[in-house]
Amino acid sequence: MLWSGATTAILLRSRGTEGEVRVAITTRPSAPGGGASGAPAGPAAGRGTAWAEGVERLRAAATTEPGRLRIIGAVLAALVLLFGVVAVWEISGRVTAAEDVVGRSQPLSADAASIYRSLADADTASSSGFLAGAQEPREVRQRYEKDMANASRLLVSAAANTGAGGESRKEIALLGEQLPRYTGLIEQARANNRQGLPLGGAYLRYANEQMSTVLLPAAQRLYEAETGRLYTDYDEARGWPLAATGAGVLALAALVWAQRRNYLLTHRVFNHGLLAATAATAVVLLWLTVGQTVARSGLGEARADGQESLKVLNDARIASLQARANENLTLIARGAVLAEDKKSDKYDVDYAKNMKQLDAGLARALELADDASGRDPVAKAVAGVAQWKQRHAAARESDVRGDYELALPQVIGGKGQKDSSGASFDTVDASLEQAVAHEQKQFTLAARGGLGALGGLVTGAAVLAVVGAGAALLGIGRRLSEYR
Amino acid sequence: MRIRRTRAERADRLRRAAGRLRGWGGVSAMAAACAMTAAAVLLPLAHSSPGTGHHPAVVSDPASVDAAPFTLTDTCQDPEASLRPSALDGPTIERIRKAGKLVAGVDQNSFKWGYRNPDGHLDGFDIDLVKAIAKDILGNEEAVIYRAIPTSQRIPALQEGRVDIVVRTMTINCKRLEDVAFSTAYFEAGQQVLAPKGSPITGYDASLKGRRICTAAGSTAEAALKSQGYGAVPVSVPNQLDCLVRLQLGEVDGIITDNALAAGQAAQDPSVQLVGAPFTREFYGVAMNKGASDLVRRVNKVLENYRAGGDQSPWATSYRKHFEDVLPKAAVPPAPKYREG
Repeated sequence: MLWSGATTAILLRSRGTEGEVRVAITTRPSAPGGGASGAPAGPAAGRGTAWAEGVERLRAAATTEPGRLRIIGAVLAALVLLFGVVAVWEISGRVTAAEDVVGRSQPLSADAASIYRSLADADTASSSGFLAGAQEPREVRQRYEKDMANASRLLVSAAANTGAGGESRKEIALLGEQLPRYTGLIEQARANNRQGLPLGGAYLRYANEQMSTVLLPAAQRLYEAETGRLYTDYDEARGWPLAATGAGVLALAALVWAQRRNYLLTHRVFNHGLLAATAATAVVLLWLTVGQTVARSGLGEARADGQESLKVLNDARIASLQARANENLTLIARGAVLAEDKKSDKYDVDYAKNMKQLDAGLARALELADDASGRDPVAKAVAGVAQWKQRHAAARESDVRGDYELALPQVIGGKGQKDSSGASFDTVDASLEQAVAHEQKQFTLAARGGLGALGGLVTGAAVLAVVGAGAALLGIGRRLSEYR
Repeated sequence: MRIRRTRAERADRLRRAAGRLRGWGGVSAMAAACAMTAAAVLLPLAHSSPGTGHHPAVVSDPASVDAAPFTLTDTCQDPEASLRPSALDGPTIERIRKAGKLVAGVDQNSFKWGYRNPDGHLDGFDIDLVKAIAKDILGNEEAVIYRAIPTSQRIPALQEGRVDIVVRTMTINCKRLEDVAFSTAYFEAGQQVLAPKGSPITGYDASLKGRRICTAAGSTAEAALKSQGYGAVPVSVPNQLDCLVRLQLGEVDGIITDNALAAGQAAQDPSVQLVGAPFTREFYGVAMNKGASDLVRRVNKVLENYRAGGDQSPWATSYRKHFEDVLPKAAVPPAPKYREG
């Protein structure tokens, strides 16, 4: 911009000198003293600086038409080149940001969500396994192990991919410290439980407390920090390239002015060179506008339809996992821990709270779902939650009645118990997983589309700007050759 | 063994009473209450401080024993006095006979009292007593439907008739007597300190200074530490068993809890032991519906037989079976106290 401002100033100055020279010529005969016009020239020449010399030379050149044409040609070429440079600079910034969205910050945000979910899932699996005691099914244990492996692996990769940015780093360090502690507590719980010691239940409750008060909040903050970075990249990618647009309009205006001047002086309508320069500039400007518009809408769609849905679905999934863990813990703690009202069971109260979050999350996800394949799994999850609540109420009733032997299979399932609340939870979890996968796909598709719209624009703008500048010089050159 | 235990309700009650006083606008009333509590806690300490060899094996008349702390919230005389035993059948016994099963409310997370052993069956001192009652009424100790009920459900379950009896380390006190009926006492417990073997902690005394001591939130132990802490750093957790977790993880140095429950903790971790003497006394009883006086008399009769036989009594056999290594060996059941009417 600075450069274009300077060139504009030169342009105006050259016009000014033309006028001044004319005045000087017309006034010379009538005022022999030459006081008015001679006075300002005197001190300028006296300084003898390079700048003044340059201005003087320009002024001298501007007195003749070929001189003026040379100046105009140089300015036009400079403006077109400037446009190209600014466009390349601004667009490549946006391409980088859009590439970051697709290839870096979104995967990191998805990884953080996966860490968050794995931790909540591990906590749920460990409590399910605990309830089954020595008969802990192999799949439940495997699920726990897989969750832990996944969380550890993703933490390492998150540590490697996260810049020195304080927030995420802090959370990753905290998670790295606390995860082994948590697994230690879980193993103690298992060991005690297998010996039939109620102490195992106390260890499990302690582990769950660590999970829900330290690990999960840290994982949530990590997820939010990464998602925040993703949104920053979005905003960068979606920002309108104002400088490039301005430079493009200016170059185009200058080209039009030059051709109009040319037409007025020579009555020739077309100058091929200038016409080509105008076409090249217009193409770049149009390409820039259309490309950026398409990219913006693609990224906007990725954010609105993909990322926002992903966030809501992830939160709902965490709520469902925590509700399930609390449902299990209600059976494990057996009223050993009371809620704040000193009457109700803490885990039962927490379960109800999580279920409420789950309901709200699913309702929001249904609102956000924009197509049938996005809506179907969410609707299935909603139905699953209704069934889960029903079965939970039945199991809870048995439990409160004191019929633990009946309540346990109603919650964790077992031989001949197909309609456990655990089975409903599994339906909900599977549906949500499907919904998350769908939204992730939608996101990637839309974001890649947006990124694709900017493809080739950088190279195109650079080449066309050089061609345009060359054409402008050629066009002016043709006019100049008429003076030889 | 001289034990006394006061449960969370008492502390709760104390707090509520304090709240009411505050409502009436008395800082002085609060101060008076504090002074009273402090006095109540401090008084018996003079009697039960360690080193005095104070260890009565039998407590025949609770009223004559050293004044115990936290009794100020008990408003009635001799709460542990129950109806005279009788084998006569009444409407409640008839109903149980007809159903063919005794419905018993028990704990399943209290090690050595009522818990699930590794093969999944309920076991413990309380469970043995339930079996003895079932055998007497129905002739079969297996004719029981066990209902695992949480602490907060003990009284509602009885009042709503969901269970016939509650045998669940339940302390007899005046407040509960307003809602349910109790049998005579079948166990005597008290607050005591639990510490790792080799720990410099010697009991509820100055050796607690600077130590992190764990208690369950709302428990008598927590109230005791608050009024006389001996410089201990109190740590509060939701449940007494959580204290053992913290102790094993090195987050606390000692635990104060009811010694009956502490016995369960020591049984789960042989590296901890009870130290010093118990500094409160309280009695466990079988709770029943307030209207079931025939059942109360019947259970008292069962308890008479359960206690009889000295070393070879069912009580002593069950005691040995469950508390062999963790509670004093030469313990005997508390003597029954009766009231008329």
